[in-house]
Amino acid sequence: MKTPKLYFVDGAVPESPAPTDTPAPWTETRVVGKSLPRVDAYDRLSGTAVYPSDVVLPDMLYAAVLRCPHANARVRKVDGSLVERMPGVRAVITGDSKAADLRWYYTRTVFTKLFDPTCRFEGEAVAAVAAETPQQAWDAVRAITVEYEVFPFVADERKALEPGAPAVHDGGNRVGEPEKYQRGDVVKGFAEADKVLEASYRTAAEFHTPMELHGCVARWDGKRLTLWDSTQGVYGVQQRVASLLEMPLANVRVIGSYMGGGFGSKLQADKYNLIAAVLAKLTARPVKLFLTREETFLCVGNRPPAGMRLKAGVKNDGTLTAFDLTVLGTGGAYPTGGTGLVDWLVRDLYTCPNVRTEATDVYINGGPSRPMRAPGHPQGAWALEQMMDALAEAIGMDPVQLRLKNVPTVSQANEGQPPYTTTGLRQCLTEGAKAFGWDAVRRRSKGDGPVKRGVGVAAGLWIAGDGGPPATVIVKLFPDGSANLNMGASDIGTGTKTVMAMVVAEELGVPLEQIQIENADTGTTEYATASGGSKTVPTEAPAVRSAALAVKRQLFELAAEELKVPANQLYIEGDAVVSTKDPKVTKKIAALQGLRRRGLLIGVGTRGPNIEGKVINPFVAQFCEVEVDTRTGEVEVLRFLSANDSGRVMNRLTYENQVIGGITMGIGLALTEQRVFDRQTGKVVNRNWHDYKIPTAMDVPADMTSLPIDVPDPEANTTGAKGLGEPVTIPTAAAVANAVYDAVGVRVTESPISPMRLIGLIAARGKRG
Amino acid sequence: MGHDQNDGKGGCPQGVSRRGFFTAVGAGALGAATLGRSQTPGAPPAGAAEPTKVTLRVNGRAHTVLAEPRWTLLFVLRERLGLTGTKVGCERGECGACTVLLDGTPVYACMMLALEAEGHEVTTLEGLMNGEELGPVQQAFLQEDAFQCGYCTPGQIVAAEGLLRANPQPTLEEIRAGMSGNLCRCGTYAHIFKAVKKASELKKVAGR
Ligand code: FES
Ligand code: FES
Repeated sequence: MKTPKLYFVDGAVPESPAPTDTPAPWTETRVVGKSLPRVDAYDRLSGTAVYPSDVVLPDMLYAAVLRCPHANARVRKVDGSLVERMPGVRAVITGDSKAADLRWYYTRTVFTKLFDPTCRFEGEAVAAVAAETPQQAWDAVRAITVEYEVFPFVADERKALEPGAPAVHDGGNRVGEPEKYQRGDVVKGFAEADKVLEASYRTAAEFHTPMELHGCVARWDGKRLTLWDSTQGVYGVQQRVASLLEMPLANVRVIGSYMGGGFGSKLQADKYNLIAAVLAKLTARPVKLFLTREETFLCVGNRPPAGMRLKAGVKNDGTLTAFDLTVLGTGGAYPTGGTGLVDWLVRDLYTCPNVRTEATDVYINGGPSRPMRAPGHPQGAWALEQMMDALAEAIGMDPVQLRLKNVPTVSQANEGQPPYTTTGLRQCLTEGAKAFGWDAVRRRSKGDGPVKRGVGVAAGLWIAGDGGPPATVIVKLFPDGSANLNMGASDIGTGTKTVMAMVVAEELGVPLEQIQIENADTGTTEYATASGGSKTVPTEAPAVRSAALAVKRQLFELAAEELKVPANQLYIEGDAVVSTKDPKVTKKIAALQGLRRRGLLIGVGTRGPNIEGKVINPFVAQFCEVEVDTRTGEVEVLRFLSANDSGRVMNRLTYENQVIGGITMGIGLALTEQRVFDRQTGKVVNRNWHDYKIPTAMDVPADMTSLPIDVPDPEANTTGAKGLGEPVTIPTAAAVANAVYDAVGVRVTESPISPMRLIGLIAARGKRG
Repeated sequence: MGHDQNDGKGGCPQGVSRRGFFTAVGAGALGAATLGRSQTPGAPPAGAAEPTKVTLRVNGRAHTVLAEPRWTLLFVLRERLGLTGTKVGCERGECGACTVLLDGTPVYACMMLALEAEGHEVTTLEGLMNGEELGPVQQAFLQEDAFQCGYCTPGQIVAAEGLLRANPQPTLEEIRAGMSGNLCRCGTYAHIFKAVKKASELKKVAGR
C-alpha cells in the first residue's frame, strides 16, 4: 500500500522521465552542508524582491469581496445595481452575473459555484467589486444589498451528529463512513498489559495566518491571463484556473517567485484567483485582489480541531501491547479532510502489535480546512505523546527510556510493514537527552515557591518527507563559468533556492553569487509540485543535481578534446577542469574554446522514483523546559532542543532556522492558538491577531537548540536529504504539555494551555486532594 | 515637487499613538480607515474621499501626491510611491509589517493617515540602504539568517533600527520587548534576537 494521500492534488500528477544519472549521495562535500546565508537574502532584505502583493501595474484596479456574514444562509437576492454608479467603481459581479457564472469546488467531490447562493460558512463569497482604489471598492461592497435567508447552524463538531443538529449538507453531517484501521487484536493486547490507561484529548482549530495576505494580481493580454499569486505552487494554481475558466494551460501564466509564507494554506487556487480574473476581463484593466487579514481567518483554511480518545496498554518492562484510538474531527463545511492523518503517529511511531483506530469526520458550518504544517501529526502527537508520558509514570520508567524501548525498525502502518531506509529516532532521543541534560534536570527540584519548573520530551515522525517525482530542472552554464538555475518550485521561506544553488555549486564549482535563479513561474520555469509536505528539498535537489551532472558531462566532453584527456578522467576544482591523473593538466572553465563556441551548456535534470519496498521518513525528538506560575496559570517556555533526523543537512543555517520556526509555531498550538466561534451566531470572534494570539518575541525562548542527526540517508535519493519543515513542529506542543505536567502535576489534555484553563485545573486538583 | 509646506506644524514627535490617531482625524475618517469591517452599508463619510495634495518627506526626498484624506501612509507608500519595501500584514496595527520610522521613531504606517505624516521625516526600509549596499541592520539579518519568507522582515529591520537608535546596546530582554510589536509567523524570533545584537555591534564598528 502507498501511504495515504497527503495533500489534495488537482488532477493527475505527471511523472517525470527517469534521470540519466543516479549517483550515490556525496561522501564528501565542499559546499553542501555549510552554514551559508541565503542566495536571495539581498532581495528580501533590501526590498527589491517583488512579492505578489507588491505588484503595482499601470492602470490597475483594486477589488474587494462581499462575504456572507452568517454561518449558514441562502442568498435570496443580491442587488449591486446602485453600487455600479458609485465613485470609482468599474465592475460589480454577483451570482447573477453571467461572467461570474463559474463552477467551483473545495474538493472535487462537491461542486458549487463561484458565488453560490448556498453559504455554508461565514465568509463565503457573495459578490465582488473592482474600483479605482481599494477604499472605493470597499465603499461599494458595503453598499451592496443582500437578502439572506438565515438558517440554524452547527459550529461544534461534537454536536454535529446529535439528533436535530442542522444539516450542513443534504445527506447529513457525516463525511462518508468512519475511517478504520486495525492490526493485531487490541482486546488481547489490553489483556496482556500490566497497566492500561485511557484519556480524552483535544486540540483546538488553528489558523495558518502567513504574513503575506492571500491574493493575486490578474492581467489579461487578449486571450492570455497572467496571475501574480502569493502561492506555494504556481503549477497547481495554473491547472485549476485554466480548467475552471476553460482555457489552455499555456494561456494561463502564474508567477509567484517570491511569496510571504503559506504553511499549507496556499497550496491551491482560491476563489480570489477567479474573481480577479473575471473582474480584470470585464474591465479590461489589471486587477489587484488581496484579502483583508480578517478574511484570512474565515475562508482560506485552518488546522481542523481534533477530539481524540486514546486507550493504551503497557507491560511493566515498557513493552507496548495495544493502542485504541477514536478520533472525531471536522474540516468545516466541505469534505476537506477533517481527520486526515490524526491517527498516523499512533499507528506508526512506536512498536506495538495491536492497534485499532477509527476516525469520524463531520461537517460543521465553518470555513473549509486546508493542510497545515504536518496535517494531523501535531494533533496525534498531542494525544500519543502525553499518553506515553502517563504510561511511563504508571510503570515507573523514565519517559525517554519508554520511548527508546519501543523504537520501530519497520513502518508497521504501511502494508507489508516495510523497513524504513533510516530510523534516526533512537539517536534523536539519546543524543537529544544528553545535549539537553535530561537526566540531571529531570531529577532537579521543581522549586519551593509558587513558580515551578518542569521538563518535557516528545517525539515524532512525519509520514512523508521522502519527496519523489515529478520534478524537472534546467541548469545552464554560461561561457564564463557562471550559471543559471531554472526550476518551478516556490521558495516559501525554507531556503529552497539557497539549497538548490548549493547543489549546483557542489557539482560545477560555480560560486553561489554567480548563480542566477529563475523559479516559480509557469511561463518560464519547469514543472514542480507545490512546496509543501516537507518534500521540496528531497524532490527538487536530486533533479537539480541531475541537471548539474548533465552539464558537467558536456563540459568534460569539451574539455577532453582540449586537454587530450578522456572525459572520465576529469574533475572540477574551483573554476577549472583538472585531470585526475595529472593535476598540472588543467584549464579554466572560462578558457575552454568549445564552451565559448557553444555559448551555453544546457542540462536537463529529472527526479527518479523512490526506492521500492522501503519507507523514507524523517524523525524528531524535542525537549523543553518550562516555568509555571501556580498563582496565575501562566506558562513560560525557557528553552527548547530539537534533535532531528532529516538525513543530510543541506545548509546548517537554514536548517536551524526551520527548527526554531517549527518550535515557535508549536508553542502557539500549545499555549495560545485557538479558533473561537460565537455560540449565538457561529461567527469567528477572534478573527484578528489581537484576539487570535500567535507567538510574539515575548512568548518564545531565545534559547533554542537545533541538534541535527546529520546522517545522509543513502537510499532516500541522490542527495541523502529527507524533509525537515514539518517534523520540526510535530512534537512541540506535546513536549510543552509534558513539561507542564512535570512542573505542577496537572495534565492539560485540551489545547491551548491557557492560564484560565491551567489555573482551573490546578485549583480543581487542590480541592480533590 | 512640493516641499515641506507643513514643516514645524504640530505633529507628534513621539510617533503616533492610537489615541493620537483618533483625536487627530476624527471619527468620520476613522470609519473609512477601518474599511470593510463596518457592517453598515453606505457611502464614505463626506469629505473623506475628496482628494487633497499631500507632501511627504520619505527617505530624504519630498513627494507630492493627490491623496484622499482617509488614505493611510502605508497605502500611499506602497501603492502610490512604489515603495513596497514596507509590507502590509493586517492594516490594523497588529503585526508591524508596515513599520516605518517617523522622525526616527518606529510607527505602524497602517495606523497613520498620509496627511498626518506631513511635516515629518519618514524612513522606510529602502532608506536604510547605503546606496546599493545593505545597511548594518540588514547585514546583520543576512548573517544571522533572521528571516524565512522575508515578509515581516522589512518591518523587523526598521523596528530594530529604531530600537538601536534609541538604545544602541540593548540587553536580550530589551531586544525582546523592543521587537515585540512585530510578528513573525515563520517564527524566526530566536534568530532576530541574535541579528539585533549583531546589528548593534556592526553599527558600533561603523560608527553610526
Ligand atoms: S500592517 Fe500595519 S501593523 Fe499590520
Ligand atoms: S520571515 Fe516569514 S513572517 Fe517573518
